[in-house]
Amino acid sequence: MSISIHKVEKIARLAKLSFSQKEKENFTDQFNQILTFMEKLNELDTETVEPTTHVLDLQNAMRGDTSKTGLSQDEALDNAPRSKSGFFSVPKVLDKQ
Amino acid sequence: MTNVNYEPIIGLEIHIQLLTRSKIFCSCSAQFGGVPNTQVCPVCLGMPGVLPVLNQNVVEYALKLGLATDCEINPRAQFARKNYFYPDLPKGYQISQFEQPFCQNGKIDIEMGDFVRSVRLTRIHAEEDAGKSMHAEAYVGTDETLVDVNRCGVPLLELVTEPDIRSPEEAAFFLIHLRQLVRYLGICDGNMEEASLRCDANISLRPRGETGLGTKTELKNMNSFSHVESALNYEISRQYQMLSSGEKIEQETRMWNVDRGITESMRSKEFSHDYRYFPDPDLVPVVVDDDWIERVRRDLPELPLQRKKRFIKEYALPEYDAKILTEDRAIADFFEAVAIKVKDKKAASNWVMGEVLRCLKEKKCNIDELRLEADSLVEIIQLIESGTINSKIAKSVFNDVIESGDSPKKIVKEKGLMQITDHDAIEKAIDQVLQAHPDEVDAFRGGKDKLMGFFVGQVMRATDGKANPKSVNVLIRKKLSGS
Repeated sequence: MSISIHKVEKIARLAKLSFSQKEKENFTDQFNQILTFMEKLNELDTETVEPTTHVLDLQNAMRGDTSKTGLSQDEALDNAPRSKSGFFSVPKVLDKQ
Repeated sequence: MTNVNYEPIIGLEIHIQLLTRSKIFCSCSAQFGGVPNTQVCPVCLGMPGVLPVLNQNVVEYALKLGLATDCEINPRAQFARKNYFYPDLPKGYQISQFEQPFCQNGKIDIEMGDFVRSVRLTRIHAEEDAGKSMHAEAYVGTDETLVDVNRCGVPLLELVTEPDIRSPEEAAFFLIHLRQLVRYLGICDGNMEEASLRCDANISLRPRGETGLGTKTELKNMNSFSHVESALNYEISRQYQMLSSGEKIEQETRMWNVDRGITESMRSKEFSHDYRYFPDPDLVPVVVDDDWIERVRRDLPELPLQRKKRFIKEYALPEYDAKILTEDRAIADFFEAVAIKVKDKKAASNWVMGEVLRCLKEKKCNIDELRLEADSLVEIIQLIESGTINSKIAKSVFNDVIESGDSPKKIVKEKGLMQITDHDAIEKAIDQVLQAHPDEVDAFRGGKDKLMGFFVGQVMRATDGKANPKSVNVLIRKKLSGS
């Protein structure tokens, strides 16, 4: 599997990032290097190995159902580029017309 | 029916908002209706580097519902990330369950009059709710959407049925049954209008007699039992018309438009997601052993159907009474508190089904908000049983109790409502009535028996309703046939 420059452009678009042509070519190369490196793993036979979703052998990490006060509204909205009347304000979402 | 040749195949997906104090993965309050963005923390705001920690009660509630619906409980459950992009989902993924939900392969039986429809449950899994986006309200600018993150992380159970439902009516019955069940279990308030129960439906039609499935559509945006029924009915006739004119059904999501009474296609491209589910590395597996399952099973309350059967047996009630009385757990509790203290169980049932339910309907309130202790109703029934008041006066005493909160005995005493059982007093009233209406007396003697009711009414009025109606009847008849 290899990554084309179109794929890089698509990923950039999804992440809402824009790059110069040179950067895109650079990323294409780097992505492909990473994939080649990962291909190495496919040489291992994992037929008899259980799939692992966690690196720690832990289970049932839970908390009791008690509530406590979190952030204030001002704190919550502090990092938001735009806010209005206590809400986060984001570019209009076309939901249902 | 236009669609006798086709059979509707319906499956439901229901989101159940849980009555926990805190959110599913953080300690923020899960309460409804807070000031926007005041029940939030770095975890539910999706800040980088935070760690979600599972609320133990969410697991307990999932097990309760699973055990109450004959599900298999997965010995090992796992959370997964469901990736999609929407501003009310700050992390860019919803934590849900995919391959290893808490419960699967359950069953809910619904009574449909003369037959029972058994609806298989595919699964019950836990997930977090998303925030709330505001588009249409007046204070929202034309170029923006406003987001409140309070609801983000509020725990939900999603229950998915197999396509076993065969009519819109069955779908509504299923929902009524499920709502009753979650309220009995105390895990959800069951309020569809406030979206604590949300229902989506999958529906397709197939020619009767066939066993394969047709192309289905998914219906959303139905926020009451009757919306679900209406939307399904509309969709059945829409699909029927398309199929019978040779058109193809498109697999898509359709929104119920309550104002126009139709379902409308959503631009399907937006909803053809690839969610890229994968196990959430932040949340370790939940292992549910037999001890845990047994403990939850032991703590299950008596469920509606069992309780109904017990009411029929223990209090010798007709099935109809038992059904009405067990519809709501609080009502059933109230009835039972009265019934164990009075001799006449059927009278207790009549009072609760009649006056009490009427009052709740009129005042649009719950039984615990009504100014009526079970013991007050016991007192009223005992006052009737002992002959102290008649049943008509009892109703006005009941209303007085609701308004004043006073004890029935006190009201009866203060207002002098004791039944007149003294025959002399009643006879005196009868004599006065008969003397005042000589024409009616003649007509009655001439065979117009219907006038009996008139005389009784007049005597009751003359005694302010306090005479014992039975004695009045007997005495009038005696007088009129005597001389």
